Amino acid sequence: MGLDNYRRLANDPVFWNSLWVTVEYVVVNIGVQTVAALLIAVLMHRLTRSTVLRGIVLAPYLVANVVAGIVWLWILDTQLGIGNEVLKWLGIEPVAFFGDEDWAIPTIALVNVWRHMGYTALLLFAGLQTIPNTLYEAAQVDGAGEWRMFRSITLPLLRPIIGLVMIITVIGSFQVFDTVSVTTDGKPGNATNVLQLYIYDLAFGRFQFGYASAISVALMLLLAAVTVVQYRLTRAGRTDLD
Amino acid sequence: MTATITPPTPRRAPRAERPPRRPRPTPGRVVAWAAMALIVLLTLFPFYWMLRTALSTNTALPAGAGSPLPADFSWGGFLRALGLQSTEDALAEGGAGGSLDFWRYLANSVFVSTLVTGCQLLFSAMAAYAFSRLRWRGRDTVFALVLGGLMVPTVFTLLPNFVLVKDLGLVDTLLGIALPTMFMTPFAVFFLRQFFLTVPREVEEAALLDGAGKVRVFFRLILPMAGSPLATLGILTYVTAWNDYFWPLMVSYSDSSRVLTVALSVFRSQTPQTGTDWAGLMAATFIAALPMIALFALLARRVVNSIGFSGIK
Repeated sequence: MGLDNYRRLANDPVFWNSLWVTVEYVVVNIGVQTVAALLIAVLMHRLTRSTVLRGIVLAPYLVANVVAGIVWLWILDTQLGIGNEVLKWLGIEPVAFFGDEDWAIPTIALVNVWRHMGYTALLLFAGLQTIPNTLYEAAQVDGAGEWRMFRSITLPLLRPIIGLVMIITVIGSFQVFDTVSVTTDGKPGNATNVLQLYIYDLAFGRFQFGYASAISVALMLLLAAVTVVQYRLTRAGRTDLD
Repeated sequence: MTATITPPTPRRAPRAERPPRRPRPTPGRVVAWAAMALIVLLTLFPFYWMLRTALSTNTALPAGAGSPLPADFSWGGFLRALGLQSTEDALAEGGAGGSLDFWRYLANSVFVSTLVTGCQLLFSAMAAYAFSRLRWRGRDTVFALVLGGLMVPTVFTLLPNFVLVKDLGLVDTLLGIALPTMFMTPFAVFFLRQFFLTVPREVEEAALLDGAGKVRVFFRLILPMAGSPLATLGILTYVTAWNDYFWPLMVSYSDSSRVLTVALSVFRSQTPQTGTDWAGLMAATFIAALPMIALFALLARRVVNSIGFSGIK
């Protein structure tokens, strides 16, 4: 009898949809965020040590997910939002960012990129500080350009840090809830019904604590598996600096 | 997301960290600065837009959707968010008319965040001291178990925590909201332990020779020395507690225990017949974000410099 909840899970189309939606969210969120954060970190590393600039970049991380969600809900509102005004100005048809089945998940993923990219960038920036400057100086003497230095020095030496940062951000990303809850609340249809939202709805909307817990366990096992795979793939435990 | 700040390390000579000098503004650097400017603009724009909309009048928003300045300037949004506007005025300006007990939610948020931060710092520091300076059987095994807690995602603990809080009869109380993070987090213990390990043993031994007990040494000597890491950890704990939404949403059902984040989402779902009260909603959002922005503006340098990586492994 103890396994009933897990058997139900295997045959629950809503669960599989939630899993798929969550994975889609994580891929967009982590993909864009990692590239953006790396760009910011490298730009700061090569341009300036300004604490003010680092402070500005970190600012979105200090407001609640709820705040970020509501502000972007307004900016990207279909009728009144400045986002669609800009699109109109560029000659593009207005988009129902949060209301369209195909757009809702990428939109939420990008809202969370806005909130987290500065924080992630500062983590990578701290990693960049561990790369000895002499390497860049030597490369410059040899006539290497910025892009060459990025590919041959920064990227390989930052690999373990990028790996660890991605492990942390992916774990956080899979547990997305706040932003979805306050913007789309799972709609349209089940298009943004991410796992945490489904768990919450099961536990507090339908009082099925047992089944909700079963999904929590499934999510945790999934996270553990993803973490192990990521750790192996990025060889996050080993450095090439030695 | 928490395992990523490091205790302050002795400041290295700033000279050594300077980037390689390149005085000439090459085209590449101009492009790089332009990209940086674009990123800063994207980062700050939503904050400005929040304020701009909060100072607009709802009825003027459709016509002035693209205007960079407030559309038909008015304090109405802020007055509504703070519950200072009469119901008729609120309805006339496109508000929901329902009163929002803003000051109570603010007080609740302050209470919960302060309780969590104060208790977590104290208990985590005590645990960190025991793990770094006291010798007892099984210490390293217990510490490994605590560190293992870092690996457990929050989703796994939310439902069991809820059942526990319910059984304790603390549902819909501020204490119930604070409870799961009040005592310690594995990260806080780890973070402070790293710092205590760097305090020279001789300092402590001298005090013990003078007849001070372990408790006295901890409160009079170790804690004051840890002022800087405690402050850094305190700021981050406070911000995290203030911004938390999922757990308070689970536990709180009525005004008496509602915190700002939950109140905001309630305010957002109260759509008046004329459509969403964007000016009021943006004003409420702005006010909810303001304390953290102010705290950060005061202490940015400390927070920014503490984000690093050496503590993670």
